Amino acid sequence: MHNRTIASLATGLQTGEFSATELCRHFLARIDACNDTLNCVITTTAEGALEAAQASDDRRANNAALGELDGIPLLHKDVFCTAGVRTTCGSKMLANFVSPYDATVVERLHQRGAVMLGKTNMDEFAMGSTNEHSYFGPARNPWNTEHVPGGSSGGSASAVAAGFAAFATGTDTGGSIRQPAAFCGVTGLKPTYGRVSRYGMVAFASSLDQGGVFARSAADVAPALNAIAGFDPRDSSSSQHPTDDYAANLAQDLRGLRIGVVREHFSDGLDSEVADCVHAAAATLREAGATLVNISLNETALTVPTYYVIALAEASSNLSRFDGARYGHRADNPQSLEDMYERSRSEGFGDEVKRRIMLGTYALSAGYYDAYYGKAQQLRRLITEDFARAFTDVDLILAPTTPAPAFRLGELVDDPVNMYLSDIYTCAINLAGLPALSMPAGQSASGLPIGAQLIGAHFQESRLLNVAHAFQCRTQHHLAAPDTGAYAEISR
Amino acid sequence: MEISEVQKIAHLARLSLSDDDATRYAGELNNILELVERMNARDTDGIRPMSNPLDATQGLRADEVTETIDRELFQSSAPLAEGGLYLVPKVID
Repeated sequence: MHNRTIASLATGLQTGEFSATELCRHFLARIDACNDTLNCVITTTAEGALEAAQASDDRRANNAALGELDGIPLLHKDVFCTAGVRTTCGSKMLANFVSPYDATVVERLHQRGAVMLGKTNMDEFAMGSTNEHSYFGPARNPWNTEHVPGGSSGGSASAVAAGFAAFATGTDTGGSIRQPAAFCGVTGLKPTYGRVSRYGMVAFASSLDQGGVFARSAADVAPALNAIAGFDPRDSSSSQHPTDDYAANLAQDLRGLRIGVVREHFSDGLDSEVADCVHAAAATLREAGATLVNISLNETALTVPTYYVIALAEASSNLSRFDGARYGHRADNPQSLEDMYERSRSEGFGDEVKRRIMLGTYALSAGYYDAYYGKAQQLRRLITEDFARAFTDVDLILAPTTPAPAFRLGELVDDPVNMYLSDIYTCAINLAGLPALSMPAGQSASGLPIGAQLIGAHFQESRLLNVAHAFQCRTQHHLAAPDTGAYAEISR
Repeated sequence: MEISEVQKIAHLARLSLSDDDATRYAGELNNILELVERMNARDTDGIRPMSNPLDATQGLRADEVTETIDRELFQSSAPLAEGGLYLVPKVID
């Protein structure tokens, strides 16, 4: 049941094959069986979920079902505020924080009757690429539990792959939806900057963050995106650009579409198995009628340093609100205000967060602002213009998502620079505010998923989902599921 | 980056570091700064800095009250609050 599409589950609810309550219980049992091993879920909200499922069944009984997502179980990344249910951001700083309000993303999905099963594990404050930087312990990759699920939305990606929910929300600042989607063999979409409201989404880097969706196919991402996309007056960076019906054009013909493949992406740093999958994806899309074109993105080499300066500078500013005064962790017996700030923050934040805050503070400090932050903002314009130029020649770009399949746990946790460099294919997209998704495109010889990335021009989410869907109609990679039998605990 | 500079930055960020931590962070931060130096390979004379990826500007709305304050609810997560105030160590002697 947990490998069925959202459309199939919706039909099952509609025809009475099963109730929303039964569906909810099924997924809760999946979490129960596998979460001790995978550690994807920080907080399970079984009681609330069953209440919501019952409400869905009642609506359906009264012919008042809310639509395709009514009764469909989901998980929220623990970066989204959920009223009455703790929102930890994977950090000790917020380990007991209960938000008084729902994020817009949470509210909109709730309004469509989707059933929240819980909050997923993540790198602390969305800072990381492996979900190893979590106060609640690392999440694991369901395909091989000695490997990372990716990050920062590792819990959500791993949960969808392992069948803990039909879909899950995530956030992506430098690749935090797309990279875990690639590592876990699921489909993950980062919308255009401003497409999805950031209200109630705890901020990491305000000019880069964007909320998005994980599901097992593009066809499943579409209804979830329909629920959350659109202007929100409570988010001052929210775009008024009109939304589409993201499911309407899934089956559109690809003939006439020009898809670019970037020369600079295929360098020594790219694992040959990943390169092969991307080339195979290009061939499939060509068979589907698209024209594949070689293009250049000359500014590729600048993207990682530019991204990290901007992201870390903005993070240092955003995380200054965590001072022990109004919410979050406060140190015991503070001797002064200064002591309260310093000890609350030093105790509440993990190493990676502190590293990033310090680098960001340095980059913004007097005498260094122009050399670092100012310079990075100029490079950001060059990188953005590079993509804009590419999109005058092609409609979409096909690229690797990651340089290699999922790392082993412990491999990069103490090597920040190499961890940062692995964002090479994803972080430029956030700098330019473009929409992009990762879709399963194959497996390594060792059985780890490999993803391919589709990048679009601003507000072209429909096109991305259309091409991904065409790919998924011709391939079976997205249908593969990890064998969780090895570690699932069936309770008696 | 020297240890003393790391301590200065830590103070700006209101973080307290032991000397061991500061030494460790100095090494890590230096590695990251090496990565960041790559930015200097590209000339950016005359390029307008970009702060928003869509070059969007701040939207405005009518200056009308539209939100409600539920102080009790909002302060329910506070480490220490009383009479509508957040309590912190004494600031003024």
